[in-house]
Amino acid sequence: MAETLTHIGKTEPRPSGWQGIAADWSSDQRAFKNVSWGKAMMWIFLLSDTFIFGCFLLSYMTARMSTRVPWPNPSEVFALRIGGSDIPLILIAIMTFVLISSSGTMAMAANFGYRRDRRKTAILMLLTAALGATFVGMQAFEWTKLITEGVRPWGNPWGAAQFGSSFFMITGFHGTHVTIGVIFLIIVARKVWRGDFDTGRRGFFTSRTGRYENVEIMGLYWHFVDLVWVFIFAFFYLW
Amino acid sequence: MVDITPADGIPPAEVAEVELYHPHSWWTKYVFSQDAKVIAIQYSATATGIGLVALVLSWLMRLQLGFPGTFDFITPEAYYQFITMHGMIMVIYLLTALFLGGFGNYLIPLMVGARDMVFPYVNMLSYWIYLLAVLVLVSSFFAPGGPTGAGWTLYPPQAIMSGTPGGQDWGIILMLSSLILFIIGFTMGGLNYVVTVLQGRTRGMTMMRLPLTVWGIFTATVMALLAFPALFVACVMMLLDRALGTSFFMPAISEMGEQLQHNGGSPILFQHLFWFFGHPEVYIVALPAFGIVSDLISTHARKNIFGYRMMVWAIVGIGALSFVVWAHHMYVSGMDPYFGFFFATTTLIIAVPTAIKVYNWVLTLWRGDIHLTVPMLFALAFIVTFVNGGLTGLFLGNVVVDVPLSDTMFVVAHFHMVMGVAPILVVFGAIYHWYPKVTGRMLDEMLGRFHFWVTFLGAYLIFFPMHYLGLMGVPRRYAELTDMTIMTESAHHLNSFISIMAFIVGFAQMVFLFNLIWSIRHGREAGGNPWRATTLEWQTPHTPPTHGNFGKDLPIVYRWPYDYSVPGAKEDFIPQNMPGTFGPSREPA
Repeated sequence: MAETLTHIGKTEPRPSGWQGIAADWSSDQRAFKNVSWGKAMMWIFLLSDTFIFGCFLLSYMTARMSTRVPWPNPSEVFALRIGGSDIPLILIAIMTFVLISSSGTMAMAANFGYRRDRRKTAILMLLTAALGATFVGMQAFEWTKLITEGVRPWGNPWGAAQFGSSFFMITGFHGTHVTIGVIFLIIVARKVWRGDFDTGRRGFFTSRTGRYENVEIMGLYWHFVDLVWVFIFAFFYLW
Repeated sequence: MVDITPADGIPPAEVAEVELYHPHSWWTKYVFSQDAKVIAIQYSATATGIGLVALVLSWLMRLQLGFPGTFDFITPEAYYQFITMHGMIMVIYLLTALFLGGFGNYLIPLMVGARDMVFPYVNMLSYWIYLLAVLVLVSSFFAPGGPTGAGWTLYPPQAIMSGTPGGQDWGIILMLSSLILFIIGFTMGGLNYVVTVLQGRTRGMTMMRLPLTVWGIFTATVMALLAFPALFVACVMMLLDRALGTSFFMPAISEMGEQLQHNGGSPILFQHLFWFFGHPEVYIVALPAFGIVSDLISTHARKNIFGYRMMVWAIVGIGALSFVVWAHHMYVSGMDPYFGFFFATTTLIIAVPTAIKVYNWVLTLWRGDIHLTVPMLFALAFIVTFVNGGLTGLFLGNVVVDVPLSDTMFVVAHFHMVMGVAPILVVFGAIYHWYPKVTGRMLDEMLGRFHFWVTFLGAYLIFFPMHYLGLMGVPRRYAELTDMTIMTESAHHLNSFISIMAFIVGFAQMVFLFNLIWSIRHGREAGGNPWRATTLEWQTPHTPPTHGNFGKDLPIVYRWPYDYSVPGAKEDFIPQNMPGTFGPSREPA
C-alpha cells in the first residue's frame, strides 16, 4: 500500500501497482500523489528538454551518416599530448568523471537537505557548482584547443564541415545548461545557507516561501544535464 | 455560489491553500500582474493586435492577386514578405498564443477550481517574453531589407539566400530569433497549464469531470511542449547557417553564378524538423477549438455532451497520432514509397477519432433545446467548416492525389478552412460566450449576428472558390499570375471576387472590435451566469472574478460539467459545485 501525503498532515492509504496508477489518475486534486507542483513542473520541463536534445542529436547523426566526405576521427581529434604520447579522449574522460562526480555530491546535498542539515547541504551544493564550473572550464579549454587547431563552425582541416558545427552547437548548448545549473545551484545554496527554508523567508520575485524540496528539484535538473552528457559523450566521442 | 459544507464521498484537501501574490501598486496589479486572468487579457490583446497586422497583410495579398498590376507598391518581393508574415503570425503569434496563452490562462484555473496557475511568477514571465517575441517580429518590418519572404515554412536553402527578401538581410535573423523567444516564453506558460490541470484541481474535480475545454487546452499544451523543441532546434541550426556560415541545412549551392561556401547540408532535414513541429501545431490550434466548441454546444443546446469519454479519448488519440503523420507535408520532397504509404495510412487514421468528435457534436445537438445565440451560431458554423476542411484533407492525405494538388490553391483552401477559419470561428464563439464573465457585460447581440453572418458566409465565399482554382492548377505563392495559360478570364474574375469578399469579411472584424470595446461600458449587465452554465467559472462569487477567483473557500465539485436538463431537477442546469442528487444524470460512472 502506497500512501498519499497530504500537506495538511494526513496520510491516505492507496492501492499500489497498476491499480494504484488508475486510482490516482481517476482521483481528484492530483494525478501524481506525493508529487509537489514544483517537482511535477521540473519533470515535465525535463521531458520537453529531452526532445530538444533529442532533436539536436538526431540532426547530428543525420549529418554524420549522410556526409560524403570523411568524418574526423574523434580519438585523434580529442587526444591530448601528455608526456610525449597522444592519449585519446583523456580530457573527455576527466570531464565526464568530474560531471558524474558532481551528480554524486548533488544527491548527497539533497539527502542532507531533507535532514535539515543546512551547513552540509550548502557546502555540497557549492561543491557541485564548483565541479560544474570545472567542467565548463575544461570545455572552454577543449574549445580553445580545437579552435587553435583550425576547427571552425563552418569547416575544419580533417573532413566534414558538420563536425565542427555539430560539435560547437551541441556541446555549447549543453555547456549553457551546465552554466545555468551552476548559477541556480549558487542561488539555492545561498538560500539554504541563510536558512530561508527554515524561517519561511519569501522569495524576492515570487514572494513565496521555499522548502528543502527545492534542493531536490535543483538536483533533478542537474542529474538530467549529466544524463544528457552521457549521451553526447557516447554519440559524439565514442562513435 | 461557493460550497462550504463538505459532503460524503469528497476526499479531504491534499494541498494547502496557495499563497497568492498580493499586488502593492497599480503596476503590479495591471501591468506586471501575476494573476492569470490579467495575463490572459494581456496575451489576448497582444495576439489580437499582431493578428490585425496579419489581417492587413492578407488584404495586401488579395489586392495583388485580385487586381494584378494595379498596385505598384506590391512588388513580388513585398508579396512574398506579406505571405510569409501573414502565415507565421496567424498560426503562431495569433492562434497558438490566443488559445493557450489567452483562453488557457483565463479558463484553466477557473474551470479546475484553482486560485491561480501553480507558478504565477513564471506565468507572468511567459507573457513578457511572448511580448518581446512579438516586438522582435514587428521590428523586422522596419529592418533593412524588410521581413523575411521565405514562406511561413522557412524552407532552406532559399530562406537564407540573397534572392529571398530578408534572406541575406535582417529579416530571417529576426524571424528565427523571434520564434526562439516565443518557444521559451511558451514553455514557461505551458508548464504552468499542464501542472495546474494535473496537480492543481479542487476537491472532487477528477480528470473525467474536467470540462472538454480544459481537456482540449491541456492536451494541446502537452503536444506543444513536445513539438516546439523540434522548431527550436531547427531555428537554432538555421540561425547558425545564416549567421556563422555552418552547413546544417545548406547543400553545395551556387548563387548568381557564384559558388557559396556552404557544403553538405540537408534541406530535407529541416523539413523533417519543421513538420515534426508543424503537424502537431495544426492540432495545437485545433484541439482547444474542439474542446471549447463542445462546451458551447452543450451549454447552448441545454444537453449533456454525447459520449464524454469518447470525446476525451478522441482528443488524446488525435494528439498522439499527430506526432506520426508529419511527412505527409513532404510527399513532393521525395521519399521512399513505403514511407509515403506509412504516412498516408497514419494520416487517414486520424479521420477516425475526428469523425467520432463530429458525430458526437451532432448527436449532442440532436433533440436538444437549441438556443441560437451568437456563440451557438459560431459553434454550428465551426462544425460545418471543419467537416468541409477535413474532407479536403482526405484528398491531400493520399500521396497520388496530393502530388498534383500540391502547392496549388487547393491546399490554401484546405488549410484555411480546417485550421484557419474553423478555429477562428471557435475563437469568436468563445469570446461571445466568456466576454460576460471577463467584463460583466454582454456583447451586443445585433452586432454579433451581423459579425457572424458576414464572417461565416464571407469565409466560404473566399475559400470555397479557391478549391476550383486549385483543381485548375493555379499555384499558390505566385505573386503574378496574369500571363499563365491556366489563368482563364473567369479565373481572374474569381480572383477579383475573392479579394472583394476578403475586404468585406475584414471589415466585419472591425465591427467586432468595435463591439468588444463599446460593450465594456455600454453592454447589457450580464450577471454571474448569463448562459445558465454548469462549469465552475460561472459560479464565482464575483463577476468579473477577483484575485483568487473563488472568494474565501474553494468550490467542491460534486458532478461532471454536463448536467443539463436533468429530469427532476428544478432548473435545466446543475452547477458542478451543487451537492445532492437530482435524478438520472448521464455522468459516466
